Amino acid sequence: MSSALLQVRDLTVSVGRGERRYVAVRDVGFEVPAGGSLGVVGESGSGKSLTLRALMALLPRGVRAERGVVELAGEALPFTGPGARRARRGRLAMVFQDPLSGLDPVYTVGTQVAEVPRRVLGASAAASRRRAVELLRMVGMPDPEQRAHAFPHQLSGGMRQRVLIAMALASEPKVLLCDEPTTALDVTVQAQVLELLDDLRRRLGVAVVFVSHDLAVVRQVADELAVMYTGRVVETGPATEVLGHPAHPYTLGLLEAVVDLDDTAHAPQAIPGALPDLAHVPSGCPFHPRCRFASDDCALSDPGFRYLGDGDADRGTACKYPERVMAG
Amino acid sequence: MTTFVEPPGPPPLAEGGRRPRHILLQRARRSPTLIIGAAISLTLVLVAVLAPLISPYSPDHQDLYNILSGFSSKHLFGTDELGRDELSRLIWATRTDLRVGFLAVIFPFCFGSVVGTLAGYRGGWLDTVVMRAVDVLIAFPFYVLVIALIFVVGTGTTGIYVAFAVVDWVVYARAVRSTTLVVRESDYVAAARTGGLPDSRILLRHVLPNTITQAVVYLTNDVVLVIVAVVTLGYLGLGVQPPTPDWGTMISDGQEFLTTYWALSTLPGIAVLVTGLGLSLLGDGLADVMRPQ
Repeated sequence: MSSALLQVRDLTVSVGRGERRYVAVRDVGFEVPAGGSLGVVGESGSGKSLTLRALMALLPRGVRAERGVVELAGEALPFTGPGARRARRGRLAMVFQDPLSGLDPVYTVGTQVAEVPRRVLGASAAASRRRAVELLRMVGMPDPEQRAHAFPHQLSGGMRQRVLIAMALASEPKVLLCDEPTTALDVTVQAQVLELLDDLRRRLGVAVVFVSHDLAVVRQVADELAVMYTGRVVETGPATEVLGHPAHPYTLGLLEAVVDLDDTAHAPQAIPGALPDLAHVPSGCPFHPRCRFASDDCALSDPGFRYLGDGDADRGTACKYPERVMAG
Repeated sequence: MTTFVEPPGPPPLAEGGRRPRHILLQRARRSPTLIIGAAISLTLVLVAVLAPLISPYSPDHQDLYNILSGFSSKHLFGTDELGRDELSRLIWATRTDLRVGFLAVIFPFCFGSVVGTLAGYRGGWLDTVVMRAVDVLIAFPFYVLVIALIFVVGTGTTGIYVAFAVVDWVVYARAVRSTTLVVRESDYVAAARTGGLPDSRILLRHVLPNTITQAVVYLTNDVVLVIVAVVTLGYLGLGVQPPTPDWGTMISDGQEFLTTYWALSTLPGIAVLVTGLGLSLLGDGLADVMRPQ
């Protein structure tokens, strides 16, 4: 277990104070080995983006990481204070969701990619400029010498996303945190960016944490999966296992809701009900009002998270009756 | 600032795009508002700068044989009750009023922008203190506060500078703070933070360039406001003191003769109008051109 590069335990993030306080991320835990990839899946509001921002110490005002440990190569990272950024510098980097707002409109992309090598790593102006071009080439930017002089609004969405990845790689991180990096892109460009991430993982050995609501996307990049619902991890395991034989009804629901063009016999099934308001999460298992396998006792007590004993230690679920789900 | 050296050969053009400086120039050429405004403003500045060369007489020279002469070939716009050449005084007053107007907004612009940026970016107690101060200053009518301050500091240009320094920065602070709040939450600021850049650099290089345009556009409107205020104060006898020529004092001195020698008050009034129009058009034109894509 200690071989993991990035380890997160019992991460709990709350929003607001006093009466209006609610928990948006509850006891989240996962680990990623060096060069590994983890996909975090869930609907909007399931707490996946906040989890990522907590890892990066980028929580917005009024949102606090209350509990939990984030360890990088065995060293715990603080969530706040001046030490928080220093501890992450050059080790954790983030790729943002919106490729336009992630880039400063007033500078050329070359200047922006060169900024971290120049100002943080202390390279000379010429060296950091060369590094910027090299990084742009690494992320598959065609004609990087020329494109370094382009301003963000002159590039297409896919190109901008490549620039964002180049910027994140500029600090030579060990872990790349990706917050839905393909959501704002066309499907064809999406595939290219996903291939790029996979390629970088193999070539540079960076671990990737990939947050998405899109199962098809996650299937492509992630070795391991963590499915989140109402701020909790409800299922973990190897991606093929989790998607092939879901052990939590929510994962099953997500899979059934996907439109499959090859399968005309089964129409996509929506999960009944709606994602509960995080301030009023149902008692017991938070998914029970929407679950077709639920018994009466699901509403009474929190099922907790447990590992399935079938030879695979990674496989875990927060369902009391995973066998019912796995039987369909 | 690290700017890349242009590689030799043709300038890089990405996807039909041009460097923004060219884009701004092109847009400027297509904006008649900006061109007319800039032409008027430039002429006024030239008049102000070249005052000693183009004015036919010294503004203080008294031609006592030709008091209140009316239009004549010797004194094109006539003379005032002390025999001073009206045209020369108009030209020199341009110099006085433009100088005082521009100098009076420099401090509010700089101070307001810096304070607004810091308040918006840091938040917390600093934001609270600054914004309450802004609220208090905005609660008073502009002229009431300016006149009260001039009474405290003393009439004349020093009084004007101090009064505007105290009162006028709040508008800049407000405008810049609100855009800073937006920019602070943007992903590129978050990206700069995660990259490990220090706060000072994020503020100067990533926040300020994206917030300052608003303040610059307001600046051109503010200059108009301040020049009109300077003229008003001069009219009330609280501004520029005689014998220094100033449109406000000229209007006020000429008003006794309004029925007989109307030009003495009317011409400086027209000068104020033209100045206001020119600078306003310039400001509107700039706002159009600098509006982000």
